This record gives sequence, C-alpha cells and structure tokens, in this order.
Amino acid sequence: MAVKTFTQENFDQEVLGAQGPVLVDFWASWCGPCRMFAPIVDEFAGEHQADVVVGKVNIDEEPDLAARYGVMSIPTAILYKNGEVAATLVGVQPKENLEALLK
Amino acid sequence: MLYDVIVIGGGPAGYTCALYAARANLNVLVLEKLAPGGQMATTDRVDNYPGFPDGVEGFELAMSMKKGAERFGAVSQMADVTEVKLQGDIKEICAGGKQLQARTVVLASGARPRELGLPGEKELRGRGVSYCATCDGMFYRGKTVVVAGGGDTACADALYLSRLCQKVLVVHRRDKLRASAAYQKPLLEAGNVEFIWDSEVMALEYADILIGAHLRNKKTGAQTLIACSGLFVAIGQVPETGLFAGQIDLDPAGYVLAGEDTRTNLPGVFCAGDLRAKPLRQIVTACADGAVAAQAAEEYLSM
Repeated sequence: MAVKTFTQENFDQEVLGAQGPVLVDFWASWCGPCRMFAPIVDEFAGEHQADVVVGKVNIDEEPDLAARYGVMSIPTAILYKNGEVAATLVGVQPKENLEALLK
Repeated sequence: MLYDVIVIGGGPAGYTCALYAARANLNVLVLEKLAPGGQMATTDRVDNYPGFPDGVEGFELAMSMKKGAERFGAVSQMADVTEVKLQGDIKEICAGGKQLQARTVVLASGARPRELGLPGEKELRGRGVSYCATCDGMFYRGKTVVVAGGGDTACADALYLSRLCQKVLVVHRRDKLRASAAYQKPLLEAGNVEFIWDSEVMALEYADILIGAHLRNKKTGAQTLIACSGLFVAIGQVPETGLFAGQIDLDPAGYVLAGEDTRTNLPGVFCAGDLRAKPLRQIVTACADGAVAAQAAEEYLSM
C-alpha cells in the first residue's frame, strides 16, 4: 500500500474515522528537511502496512488542515488514533522514532 | 566484510571523502543517521558554493554529492551509529544494530544547531520555537518574530523572514553583527528588520504556544518582554562528537583536534568538515576536508 495523500475532502473519513492508527506527515515541496524525511516515511510505510496507514498532507495545498492541528513547523508527523491526536513528532526523525510511536 | 574506509556522516565532507576514496579504488561505506546532506540539505538556497551561478538548493546539492560518490562505488547506509571503537588496526562500529569493521574511519558527523537551553524550549519546538527559518517561516506570515543570533545563519534567517513577516527583531548579544557583508546590507535595507543589540533571550513567555520572549540587555541589565509569535534560534552549532569523546582528542568546545591534514590523535582515524576545530565552517571547506581525509586514509592504508 502506497503512502496516501490526505486533503480536506478525505481527512475526516480516512484519518479521523479510521479503524486503526494513521500517521500523517505534514510537509511542503520547498522544505529541505521534509524532503529528507520523505524516504524515511516511505520506508516506514512499506514495512508497517499491516499496523498503520501512512499519508501526507501538503501544507501549501491544505493550509486549513495544518492550522487545524496547530502545525507550525515542518516536517511534523502526527499519529491519530480513534479520531484524536495520539502523538506528535516535530522535525526529521529516524525510522526508529516512528516505530516507537506504534508501541 | 572489512571496509577500507567507513565515513561517519553523509554531509558534504562525508560524500566528498567517499568520492575521493572510491575513485582511489578503496571500498568505502558512508553511514548517515537521517538523510544525505546534513545541515546543508536543510538550507533553502546555497549561494556560496562555486559552480552554481544561480545558487543551488541544499537538498539537490546533497543528492548530487551522494550520487557522485556512488557512481564510483561508494555505498551509503542510513543507520545511526551507536558505538565506536577507534583504537587498534581494525576499527569497530555499531550502526543500526549491526557490527561493522573498517581499517580506517573518517569522522564527518558535523554539527547541529545550538539550543538556547531555556525552560519550555523543547516543548515549544513546533509551537513557536524553530531552528529552521526556511522550513517554518511561512507559518509566521504577517506576524512578529524574533531571531536570536548575529552570525551568517541568523542574518540569512532574518532576511528570509523579513519577506514574510510583519516585523523581524534580531536579538544579538554583541553590539554589531558577525555576519558577512553579503547578509548585512540587504538586512539593513529590508525596512522591517530591527536590531536589539547587547541582548539575549533569557526566558520564554508561553501558554500552549509561544507568545513572547524576555530579553535582557547585557550592558544595562534592563529586562524587557517582547511579544512575538515565533522565535528563530541561530546562535551557532554544537559538534556531534559525543560518541567519540574519550577516544578522540577534542578542544574545549567539543570540536575534534585535527589539523589541515585531518589526522586525529589515533592512527587511521581522520576528521573532516564542521566537526573539526577550524576557522571557517562552510560547505566548500567541508568538501576540502573530505578530499584531504580520503588522501590521508589512502596513504595510511598503503603504509
């Protein structure tokens, strides 16, 4: 399963309404650290297909989603569980930090 | 497998070293904990690396350096180094849970932004406190922000933010900037940048998010509270030498004591880039170190 793209249209249903945990990477194309983080997120998604849905929010295209969750620094990774924010990580993270969120 | 060279750190020093070592037919592994490029990759546009008349994105330059080294056979591995044993003929490195061996090691783990060390600073990261203006600047569009620092990074940040924010206050502990003239002139002309001299941020004012910064004038002792939405910290760097302490000689600031020949106190261990005690830390000087370290490693291996 590839990394999904979340927008205003599908966020409530696919992230907040999801059965299991969802990890969302807030990013932008002009942000160097976001581009450093992308392959880490992709690898994490590939290895945890059974445990977690992984997706991205482009903050240029979805500024309201970023504002709604108080994202003021990118990249920010937020883990949602049962429609609520369960954990937030700010900045580029090694894959191990993402894995620790699932435990 | 026994590597000829293991390079710790995949920034400009590390990948230049890998390029030169690979071209000298050495088998070389680059260990990078996060992603190629290091601090360079977080830089929006690099204007002081020669050969790019229109500037180049830090991230693009990082990927190009990595590709260039890999073209000649250098191998990269994304793994955090957790332990090193640098004494002896065979160096042992634990990275990503795996035990690796090499005949030479090049330390090129660079530096990270220095934090102010104030209460609340960690919690406010992503809530008003930032170490990357180009990443986070747009969240402060039309607002008032403080930049702490007076060097090149602080001034580049202030200049970038001046195009987005209503007002940028540069708080510097001295009475003049350390930054190069290339940054100073456009800052003075920006119109919405103010300088607060001889001062430092002594405390943060916040609820859920940052709402202000308490400043102290070092000369008069006067304390003021400035209302701001963002605080961009650019007060220098901390070398990533923690892993090597006790094995490698460091200067009092924690930088590795190695001369222009990149040799450390241990045979077969070299140091390149921002990690090394030296007068100018730039991409181009990191690259220069990388080339010298590769040459030094090659000489060491042929002895």
